[in-house]
Order: sequence, then C-alpha cells, then structure tokens
Amino acid sequence: MVDMSIEVQHISKHFGSFAALRDVSLTVATGELVALLGPSGSGKTTLLRIISGLEVADPDSGGILLHEEDVTDTHVRSRRVGFVFQHYALFRHMTVYKNVAFGLRVRPRKLRPSAQEIHDKVHGLLKLVQLDWLADHYPAQLSGGQRQRIALARALAIEPKVLLLDEPFGALDARTRQELRGWLRRLHGELNVTSVLVTHDQEEALEVADRVAIMSAGRIEQVGTPEEVFHNPANEFVMNFLGRVNIFHGRVEGDRAYLGPLEVEYKGEYQATAQAARGLVRPFDLDIQTEPNNEPGFKATVCHVNAAGPRVKVDLMAESGEPVHVELGHERYRDLGLTAGQEVFVIPREINVYVDDDLQ
Amino acid sequence: MQSTFLLDIRQALARQPRATTEPFWIRGLLIGVALAFILLFLIAPLAAVFTQALAEGIGVYWSSLTDSDALASLRLTLLTAAIAVPCNLVFGVAASWAIAKFEFLGKSLLTTLIDLPFAVSPVISGLIYVLFFGMHGYLGPWLRAHDIEIIFAVPGIVLATMFVTFPFVARELIPLMQAQGTEDEEAALSLGASGWQTFWRVTLPNIKWGLLYGVILCNARAMGEFGAVSVISGHIRGLTNTMPLHVEILYNEYNFVGAFAVASLLTVVALITLVLKCFAEWKFKQDLSVERQEERWSI
Repeated sequence: MVDMSIEVQHISKHFGSFAALRDVSLTVATGELVALLGPSGSGKTTLLRIISGLEVADPDSGGILLHEEDVTDTHVRSRRVGFVFQHYALFRHMTVYKNVAFGLRVRPRKLRPSAQEIHDKVHGLLKLVQLDWLADHYPAQLSGGQRQRIALARALAIEPKVLLLDEPFGALDARTRQELRGWLRRLHGELNVTSVLVTHDQEEALEVADRVAIMSAGRIEQVGTPEEVFHNPANEFVMNFLGRVNIFHGRVEGDRAYLGPLEVEYKGEYQATAQAARGLVRPFDLDIQTEPNNEPGFKATVCHVNAAGPRVKVDLMAESGEPVHVELGHERYRDLGLTAGQEVFVIPREINVYVDDDLQ
Repeated sequence: MQSTFLLDIRQALARQPRATTEPFWIRGLLIGVALAFILLFLIAPLAAVFTQALAEGIGVYWSSLTDSDALASLRLTLLTAAIAVPCNLVFGVAASWAIAKFEFLGKSLLTTLIDLPFAVSPVISGLIYVLFFGMHGYLGPWLRAHDIEIIFAVPGIVLATMFVTFPFVARELIPLMQAQGTEDEEAALSLGASGWQTFWRVTLPNIKWGLLYGVILCNARAMGEFGAVSVISGHIRGLTNTMPLHVEILYNEYNFVGAFAVASLLTVVALITLVLKCFAEWKFKQDLSVERQEERWSI
C-alpha cells in the first residue's frame, strides 16, 4: 500500500513574540481524516496552514512530510495540497466551471491536460459534489453550502496529495452544516484522501473525524478516536472542552477528594498534603433521586427543567450554592416526576478529579 | 399605464420611513436651494464656456482650435497624459498590492508618502522640481553638462504631472484590495498558479473597476493640471504649453474666443470623464456589493 500520510515533526511557530505553535508533532495515516479541534487562538489554523505551505514554520523548528517526502522547504504551489477555506475563496469573476478548472489551466503547457480532458474532469467533479447543473453560474448566485461544495471540487481537481479544510462549515447555518458534515463523511469514505479538518465545533469534530487532536495554546493536548477523547480525556482541558461539564472545586488529601458538596475516593497518586483540585462530571453522569439511598451524593433544589429535546435537561442549585446541570433520559424523568422547587438528591456516577499539577 | 405609475409612486413613498420624512414645504425649500446652487455654480459656468467659445461663430471657433499653437498644446497634453497615466497605473497597482497584501517594515511610511502630493500645493511641487533640476539647483549643472533638458522642457512637465497624479490609482485600490483580503490569492497559489498567473487571473480581475475608476481620475487630473506644470514649463508657445497653460495665455492676451475654444475642449474631456466615471462607479459598486453579499453569507 502506498504511503499517503502526513507527518508533522516538532513544528514551532512564532508571530512576533507570540508563540502560535510550540513543538507540535502529529501523524495522519493514509486515508485518515483527522480533526484539529480547539478554541480560537489555539494554533489549529496555523498548523493547517503550515502543512499546506501557506505559512512557514520557525526556521529552527522541525519539518513536514507529505507521502513520506520532506516538503518543509517546498512552496505551496508545488506541494499539491487541496486547501478549502472558511469563506470559500471562490474566484468571483469566474463561473463555477472555470473555478474548478483553474488548477488544471494554470499548469505549464507540457503538463496541462487537453481542453476535452479538463472538461471531462471538471464535470466529473461537479457530479461528485452533485452540482453539475450549476457549471455556468457565478459564485454570487450560489448558496453558502453550494459554494463550499464547489470550493471542495476545485481543491480536488488538482488530485491533491492531501486535503486540508479550514473551518469549512464555519460560515454556514446550523442546518446546512449538519447536512454537509454527513456529506463530507461519505465523500471522504469514497475518495479516501488523507485529510485534516480544522474546527472549533466539538460536535463536528467528534462526528466527522477518524481521530481528533485537541489543541490549546499552541500544543496538542490529546490525540485519539472521538470515543477515546470523549470518554478518557487526558486532562482537565480536554474534558472541559469536549461538551458540557459540572465543575466542583475543592481539595485532595490522602486518597480522598473533598469537592464542594461531594466527598469521593481519589484514585490518583496519594497526596500527603492537601492539594487544590477540581472534580469534573458530565451532566449525563449525574443521577437524581427523590430519596437518599446511602450513595455519595448531595442535596439540591430543582430550578428549571427543559424536556424539549432528546434528553431532559435539569438545572439545579446545590445546597452549598453551586449551580448543577443534569441530563436525564425521558423515561427516568417521568419516573421521578420532577417539578421546579422540588428538593432532590444528586448522585454522581462517574467523576474525574484533577489536582492542580495536571493543568500544566 | 398611468395607474401602475401612480402605484409605483405610492409604493416608493410607502417605503420611506415616516420618522425621517419632513413636511412638504421643507423638502421643497431644501431641494430648491440645492438645485439653485447647482445651476448657479455648475451648469451656468459650463454653458458660459461654450457660449463664449462660439460667440463669433463656428468658423472662428474652428480656426482657434486648429491654430498651430493650440494644436501643439493639445499634442503636449495628450503626450503628457499618455506617459504619466500608464506610469502611475503600474506604480499604483504595485504599491497597493504591496500595501494591501503584505506586512513589511515602513508600510505606514509608504502609505503616507503616497498621500504626499495631495497634501502639497501643486505650485510647491513644481518648485521642488525647479529647485532640483533647475540651472541653480542640485542637479542643474550636471544635467547641463550632459545636455539633458528637464526644466522648461517636456520631461519636466511629465515629471511634475506624474508627481501630482501619483496618488489617484493607489488611493482607489488600497481600500478595495484590503477589503478583498488575500484568501483568493492563497487559493490560486495552493492550486498551483505562479505569482504572475495569480496576479493576472485573480487579483487584476478582482480590482478592474476600481482600477479603471482610479485611472479615469488620474487622467482627468493629468490633462487639467495647471499649478505644478505652470511653474516648470516656462510657457514657451508651441513647445512647452499644455492646454490649461495655453488657455491662460490666450485669456491674458484678451483673445477670449481662443481661450474659451481651448477651454471647451478641456470641458468636453471633463464631461467624458464624468460619464466614464459614473459607469466605472456603477460597476465598482456591483463588485463591492458582491463583496458585501459574500460577507453576509459568512456571518
């Protein structure tokens, strides 16, 4: 099997004194789709642009390998990467057809396909993105979703070694975004081109990608399958970033953690002296009981119930004054018969405790 | 026919937000004042130029225009514009490309320098050249020794005109190119285009109407420039007189028909410029509105 991987080796990047990337390494296997996920300013777009060659890494830092070939010093125009921009970057004075044909037409005469070959190729790609009927339209006449599909077709026209997508659905409305996600997933399965997708939307990353790299402050915090990073977060940042969490502040002493209204066993390293710590619990890892049942839990008052959705969202106020957010199944919610103002017991099923050292 | 017309008016009125609509008499008064002002200060002088030019009949008008000195001034003006405008076009595009698409040291200084000719009085800019290239200037003796004529000759006039019309193209393009950003160029590069291909196929088409607009303004100024050229030309009839200078000379000699005849040519140039400008502006706005539309999508 041909190696069509991407390898990022010890890349650093500074903009003036600002460190955008700090010694980042990442391998994307042949045919894999990896999502770079992180808040704005975490360096994910910079990393993508360095892979593409649109940005150059610090001179003393490592290199980039595409298909096992060192391209660190190769100009973007010779790297043959398909780059898809957040705002599409379609050429507004060209028709859809000419946009897609652009990459083929600018080739040196010797490498340029014939007009007929270009025609067949462009229409093939337009069929692939299901927009063949728009060939003679101008970008301004298309919807956002259509434009992004054309931009993707244009990037694919040069038969790129790798496909790089910079927040491709960031400028679209929620519904179109949802549609295009599924579509991209299927398309990637069909083409099997090694791809990197940048997004700040955790739902998008977890849904589309084979693996997710979570970035923060110029570093990769964790790389893993969506399931791994979601269920076994490497640290507090990852857990906090991937979906909603309840945070209980407190301390760890010995092998016990005292976190706000909770006291639980601490499974980490034995702490001889008290350390500041936080317990993170996902809303669906909290259960509600109307009567105490000897399990470690705490008293709380129901503030608000939102049952419009796949899960019932319950906002409570702990006796100690902390707001708590719980998600229940509809069946469980009906059994409990919760109403606003009711006093209940909240029992955590799973809690991740992080002492301060974990933050660094 | 009439009823649809009335309906259109009613719809147009209905579209006006009531809170910002004034009573009829205030609107009438304001519009009247504005119209009177335009008539008095713009239309009337324009008409006067042509009436004066044709005061002694079409024959005299024609012979004033075909006078050898008048033709020489016309040729010189066209030559000056034909050199100055392309030079400033190339410079303007290059400067705006650099300023809008790249970050470099001294960028704000360059931007300021481009604006300099707007800030300096044209007479002063003419004097600068006299000081520099004139007989008693810094380069004067050297130029004289090598038999190069700049002051009181065509090269000086072209240089002064170029200086004065320097900012028109760049000023027009910089904001446009900044608004368009660099994504299109990056996309072209990632698709394998070379720098030249990117410029000719992506950047230039994106700015063409703004560029035309800048060139039209630049050309109008190049043909009409008086102050700087007046200082540097030496007013040698048939040799270093541009049309605006020729108008002045004729007028000072009480040859009103001749002066206004040449002036009428400049006025025609101005009117053509206005029409072209309107067209370019209209196209330019379309480009900008496409821009805005795209921005709206992206929000």
